[in-house]
Amino acid sequence: MAIAAACPLARALGLYPAMAITQARALVPGLDIRPAEPEADAALLTGLALFAARRWTPRAAVCGTDGLWLDLAGVAHLFGGERAMCERILRFCSRLGFDARIAAAGTTGAAHALARFGEDRISLCGTGDEAGAIAPLPLAALRLDDAALGAARRFGIENVGELMGMPRGPLARRFGKDLLVRIDQALGRAGEPFDPVVPEAPPRATLRLLEPIVSAEAIGQMLADLIATLAARLQRQGIAARRLVLVCERVDGREQRLAIGTARASRDPKHLLHLLGMKVEAIEPGFGIEAMHLVAERCEPLPARQIGSGVAGGTPASDLPQLIDRIVGRIGSPRVFRCGAVESDVPERSVRRVAPLEPIAEWPRLWPRPVRLLARPEPVDQVIAELPDQPPLRFSWRGQMHRVRKADGPERIYGEWWKRTAEAAAVRDYFQVEDDHGARFWLFRSGDGVDRRTGDLSWYMHGVFA
Amino acid sequence: MQATSPIPASGLDALRAEVRAIEASRRGAGSKTLPFGIDPIDRKLAGGGLATAALHELAGNSNSLNDDAAATLFAAGVAARTQSNGGTVLWVLRRRDLFAPALARAGLPPNRLIYAECARDEDALAVIEEGLRHGGLAAVVGEVGRAGMTATRRLQLAAEDSATMALVLRRWRRGGDDPLAAPSAAATRWRIGCVPSLELPTSGIARPRWRIELARQRGGQPHHWIMEGIDEAGRLALPAEPAHRSAAADRRHGAARQVA
Repeated sequence: MAIAAACPLARALGLYPAMAITQARALVPGLDIRPAEPEADAALLTGLALFAARRWTPRAAVCGTDGLWLDLAGVAHLFGGERAMCERILRFCSRLGFDARIAAAGTTGAAHALARFGEDRISLCGTGDEAGAIAPLPLAALRLDDAALGAARRFGIENVGELMGMPRGPLARRFGKDLLVRIDQALGRAGEPFDPVVPEAPPRATLRLLEPIVSAEAIGQMLADLIATLAARLQRQGIAARRLVLVCERVDGREQRLAIGTARASRDPKHLLHLLGMKVEAIEPGFGIEAMHLVAERCEPLPARQIGSGVAGGTPASDLPQLIDRIVGRIGSPRVFRCGAVESDVPERSVRRVAPLEPIAEWPRLWPRPVRLLARPEPVDQVIAELPDQPPLRFSWRGQMHRVRKADGPERIYGEWWKRTAEAAAVRDYFQVEDDHGARFWLFRSGDGVDRRTGDLSWYMHGVFA
Repeated sequence: MQATSPIPASGLDALRAEVRAIEASRRGAGSKTLPFGIDPIDRKLAGGGLATAALHELAGNSNSLNDDAAATLFAAGVAARTQSNGGTVLWVLRRRDLFAPALARAGLPPNRLIYAECARDEDALAVIEEGLRHGGLAAVVGEVGRAGMTATRRLQLAAEDSATMALVLRRWRRGGDDPLAAPSAAATRWRIGCVPSLELPTSGIARPRWRIELARQRGGQPHHWIMEGIDEAGRLALPAEPAHRSAAADRRHGAARQVA
C-alpha cells in the first residue's frame, strides 16, 4: 500500500505520493489515512468539467485523472481576457477547496505541460511561443511513458529544449515514435483529438401554434398536451422532475415564465397538471401565445416502483409529497415546514424550521414546555418574590393581577456565550406557576438572585401552559 | 297534486325508511368514532365518541391565552389518537406563537406533524380542505379566526368524503366576541378552559384540570365535565376526587359531580 495523494501539509511532514504507508506511519505517528477513491475522484472531475461546459466554455474535457481542458477559443473576451478568466477560474477552485494551476497555450500539449510544470500558478503562452515556453521544462512534461523517460535519462537529456534540437530520425529510433508525436502535438505540428463532455440538456416539450391562443381553456388544453409529452419523455429516461418551468412566447415577443417545484421527484401528469393549473391564471396572454415550452429544469432518477395496492389489508402508500406540493402551490414554499429540535437550551432557539419530508430530531421531554410561546419575553410588573430561588407570589401581566397558588421551579438556563458575548454571564430562572383561576404561566427571572452580573432580577412572561 | 291530498300511511313509512337509508349511507364511512376512553364523556357523545369523518370545532372558554392553550392541547391530543400507528397530521397555523415542543409532549412528535402557515383565513380554510381531500392524513388541525356556515359546510363535506378528522381551532380575536357564537356545520363544538388543579400534599403543580364543555353536538345534548389535562399519549383522565372535601370545594367541583 502506498500514498496516492498528499496535501501541502502532508508534504511539509515529509510525506509524498508513492511512499509506502508503513514508512509514512513510521515518520508520523497517529497518521490519519483514508483509502483512495479513484471512482469518486473521476466523478468529481467529470462534474467539474460539466460545470465548466455550462459556465465558462462550450467545449470542456476531462484530462487524465487530475486535470481539465477548456477550449478558450472565442470565449476569453467574455470574461475580460485570458488572464482575468484564469484568475476567475482559480478563485472559483479555491472556493471549492482545490489548489489549482492553470495554463493557456495555443496547443493542448503545451498547455498540459505548462499547467503541470510551469513556474507560476497562471502561465499564459501566446500562439507560436510554445517552443520557447516548454523548452526549459523537464521531459516528464511531454506525457511520455516510463521506458522513454528512462532511456532519455540514460542519455543525459534533462529538458524538452535539448530534445527539440536533436535530429528527428535518430530520436524516433532511440525513443520510439511516440516521443515525436508528443513533441509535434506540443508544438502544434500534429493534431490531437479533443473529447468534450456534453452537458445533458434538460428534458423539454415544445408546442408551436398556428393560431395564437388567448383563452384559459385553450391554454389549459395546451398545458395538458405538453405535460403528457414531457411525462412520457421523462418516463423513457427513468427520471422525474423536481422543478418545471413553463415558458409562453407571446405574439409581441415577450416571454411569460411560470415555475413550480415538487417536494419529491414526480412525473405524474395529473399531479403536475394540477400544480401548474393552480398558477396558470398568472399568465397574461396579451395578444396571444404562439409557442409554449415546458422544461424540466431539475430532474432526479425515479425508477419504476412497486406500490402497495391496499388489497392485502395494509393501508395504501400515502402520497404525502403530492399534498405538500399542492399546499406549497397555494401559499408558497417557505410556509410549509416541519419543526425540529436544535441543540439549544434557550427556548426561543430550540425550534428550527426544516423542509417537510426532511428527517428531524426530537426535543428532550424532561421539562415542561408551554403551548404558546410569546415571540419575545414580556416584562411583568408588581412582582413579589423571595430571593434567591422562590417563585413569585403575585405578578401583574397585561394589566391583570395574578395571585400565584402553586409553582414549580426554578429551571435554570444559562446564556449561550458561544453565540453572543452579551450572554456570557446571563442566567434565566424559569418557573411554572398556577394562579387562583387555574391559569398556568411560564415566567422567568433574569439573574440567579445572588450575582448581579447574571441579570438584573427583573421578571418576564415567556409563555402560557394549558 | 294538492297539498291536502292524503298520503297513505304505508307510503309515509316507506319514505321515512328511505330517508333513514340515505342518511345512513351518507354517514357510511363516518360511522367510525374515536372514543375518549373515559366513560362519562363517551356516554354523552352521539355514537360513543368523536366521529372520525367529521368537522369538530374547538375554542377557548374565554379570551385568555391559557384557555386557548388548553383548546390547542385538547386538539393535539385528539389528533394524536386518531391513528394508533402514527399517521401524519397537518397543522394549519395563523399566528406564530405555537411552541412545537409542547405538542411533542401531547403525543404528536415532530415527525408526525407538517405545518402550513397561512396569512389569511381564506388561505387557511383552503389548505385545511386540501388536507382533508387528500385522504391520507390522520387528522387536520386548523387555526381559523372567522369561518362562516358555507366554509364550515365545505370542510364538513370534505371530512366526510375522505374520512379524515378535521379539528378547527376557533381562536379568540382582540375584539373579544365569542368565536362559537356564529352558526356552523360542525358535528361537535367544544369550549375548553382551565380550572384550578388539585392541591398536592407537597409544594408543586399537579396535572392540569380543564373544564370541557360540549357546547353543541349533532344528534345529542350539550354537556360539560371537569377533566385532567392530556398526558403524553394524548389522553384525558378523570380527576381523582379526594374522599373528604369541604363544602366549598364541593360547590366548586359541582360540575364534576354531575358526571359521577
